[in-house]
Amino acid sequence: MLRSLLIDADKCTGCVQCELACSFENEGLFNPSKSRIRVFTFHQEGRFVPYTCTQCTDAWCMQACPVDAISINADSGAKVVHATMCVGCKVCTIACPFGTINYNSATGKVIKCDLCGGDPACAKACPTAAIRYVDADQTGFEKMRVWAGRTDAGRSATG
Amino acid sequence: MSWAGKILRVNLTEGRCVAETLNRQWAQAYLGQRGLATKYLIEEIDPGIDPLSPENKMIMTTGPLTGTMASTGGRYSVVTKSPLTHCVACSNSGGFIGAEMRNAGWDMIIFEGRSPQPVYLYIINDRVELLPAEAIWGTSVWQTDEWLHNEHQDPMLRIAAIGRTAEAGCLYAAVINDLHRAAGRSGVGAVMASKNLKAVAVRGTEGVGNVKDPAKFMRAVNAAKKVLADNAVTGQGLPTYGTQVLMNIINEIGALPTRNMREVQFEGAQHVSGEAMHEKRATDGKPNLTTNAGCFGCTIACGRISTVDKGHFSVENKPEYWGSSGGLEYEAAWALGPDTGIDDLDALTYANFVCNEDGFDPISFGSTLAAAIELFKIGAVTLEHTGGQALKFGSAETLVWAVEALVKGEGFGKDLGLGSKRLCEKYGRPELSMTVKGQEFPAYDPRGIQGMGLAYATSNRGACHLRGYTVASEVLGIPEKTDPLVTEGKAGLVKAFQDATAAVDSSGLCLFTTFAWSLEDIAPQVDGACEGEWTAERLQEVGERIWNMEREFNIRAGLTAADDTLPKRLLEEAADSGPAKGRVNDLHDMLPEYYALRGWTADGVPTDATRRRLGLS
Repeated sequence: MLRSLLIDADKCTGCVQCELACSFENEGLFNPSKSRIRVFTFHQEGRFVPYTCTQCTDAWCMQACPVDAISINADSGAKVVHATMCVGCKVCTIACPFGTINYNSATGKVIKCDLCGGDPACAKACPTAAIRYVDADQTGFEKMRVWAGRTDAGRSATG
Repeated sequence: MSWAGKILRVNLTEGRCVAETLNRQWAQAYLGQRGLATKYLIEEIDPGIDPLSPENKMIMTTGPLTGTMASTGGRYSVVTKSPLTHCVACSNSGGFIGAEMRNAGWDMIIFEGRSPQPVYLYIINDRVELLPAEAIWGTSVWQTDEWLHNEHQDPMLRIAAIGRTAEAGCLYAAVINDLHRAAGRSGVGAVMASKNLKAVAVRGTEGVGNVKDPAKFMRAVNAAKKVLADNAVTGQGLPTYGTQVLMNIINEIGALPTRNMREVQFEGAQHVSGEAMHEKRATDGKPNLTTNAGCFGCTIACGRISTVDKGHFSVENKPEYWGSSGGLEYEAAWALGPDTGIDDLDALTYANFVCNEDGFDPISFGSTLAAAIELFKIGAVTLEHTGGQALKFGSAETLVWAVEALVKGEGFGKDLGLGSKRLCEKYGRPELSMTVKGQEFPAYDPRGIQGMGLAYATSNRGACHLRGYTVASEVLGIPEKTDPLVTEGKAGLVKAFQDATAAVDSSGLCLFTTFAWSLEDIAPQVDGACEGEWTAERLQEVGERIWNMEREFNIRAGLTAADDTLPKRLLEEAADSGPAKGRVNDLHDMLPEYYALRGWTADGVPTDATRRRLGLS
């Protein structure tokens, strides 16, 4: 079963445990500025929004890479950067419409979410289940359930 | 390890910034943050100096777990000599700037001297500059924050700043970071202003990586996170209601100080409680509370993000206050509400916004206003003094006028910036000041919670709930229930809480974890991260060492056992309602035993044997 990250911003408290877990998993230290997932604070609105790569099927970054340094992990479906091949040209960072692949000046390579090989550290670290790793074909299931509960049939069923 | 091993010394007089190696021997004895910075302070300044003179130093300090993944590991403190209390000050704050300091590679920043012109400190990793702050001097914290982000074109900058009240000499001015987190107490912002230092802006991209045993550390961190999640207070109560979960509880047990601590229960408590913050307003259908929020790394997320009703008189013509910002925590809600007799949630929230916007402690402000209202009531303060403004208990108009008058810093507004003690002295009624060592009380009446009377009287920074929170035991039953109306056993309880708290405050973790964690949960995290062997026993001993060092600072600053007392009102005027009806605080039943347990003389001075035992030179 292919799985994907499912983010529910309403549950996010802005604690950045996800950024800490991500940077620790990938860089070996706690460093939010090197995290592949980032939490954005909209202070005036009182909202926190985690954001990361959605692993596009036909990924712009992968298509744009001139040296084929980005490939698909067959098990997780993640688009993975091969650091040994990456030349740091940054074309992928221009190609990605979402900004989720970024240059790391410390290494001269780009970094992006690779789903931690199929066991994403951010989802495990999140204290509020704002980030979950679920069946990629059923990411709408919970939302459907909520809306189903609001139909006449749903309301009468729950009393 | 875990400490960055590097401190930044900023001489503001000469405009010089120098990197130094952290004293690792001291780090082993005092851990970090509160303990370690106080060690630097006591070694480097004469505790007798004028706190607002260039001779005072101000230290921004992190703990060894700040910036790590340990839950709540984002704390930092401001340590200096307090202009409010003339004691050692250590004001602890969350938010994100502490972790950013660690990410930039610094354990601590020591500010010394006084800059000839207003400046701010700009840090990107090991690049450090003092830059001119003329453009932001005279502006609020919020304006300063916006200006710095624009000036440096960096949305990721983390900023700590002082507001206009600090510049105007308010003695309980705070240092605000990340817009709405505060190193709030004891007037540390006034010291920063006295140094002509407007702000500290930090960007760190190096990370925190030198934990001793990463696998062991992560095991301890994950186990401790689970303890927080499974605990009713940290897993449910605090995220849902914040510290405001306490408002109704403390009122019910008759320990909610009301109208300048004349009473112990407030009839309007429920209207300004954590529960009330969830209720939808009739006007716009929105609750006061927008969401809860976590500081860096915190899996509790007790922070409140709130709005004021746009139609409320305090903000109806001020759209700049219509967005969400940091909402009411329990202590602030109490000081701005019950202690002034005001039950208007919107007025309290607006006042709280202004406290953050212009950087001052809502506890001290609310208590000072409560004293001012009582002075007005008895005729010691008149309309002539206030420029025609009547001061009334229960009046939201009084609160809104006062908070704005303080920010303007003129007339009676300037008097409000003196704090309760100096205000009451100025108007000839010192006994009406509800303070210990010059610092205003927080939200627990010691007539209804006896142990807190001893905790307040002996606190090293004056009246304060965060030095020995025996409320946990006496009210909430953590770690075990004791009777709040009994004095027996409280001396030992206060000592144990004080020592453990000093250790937690030195770690980089938040004290609120201790609703669920004991030092047994904290020690493995420190041990996984830090060089040396760290056990709960060792942390308790480090805490005791810190407590005695702080005491020594205060003794050298001129304080004596005579300062370990409470206002006459709490010792002589009995509670008039609730479970504590008829009770005063029986401080003198507890204090001698406390001194003995501490290994101090009957005059409250640590004996040579105690000092030797703790390795205090």
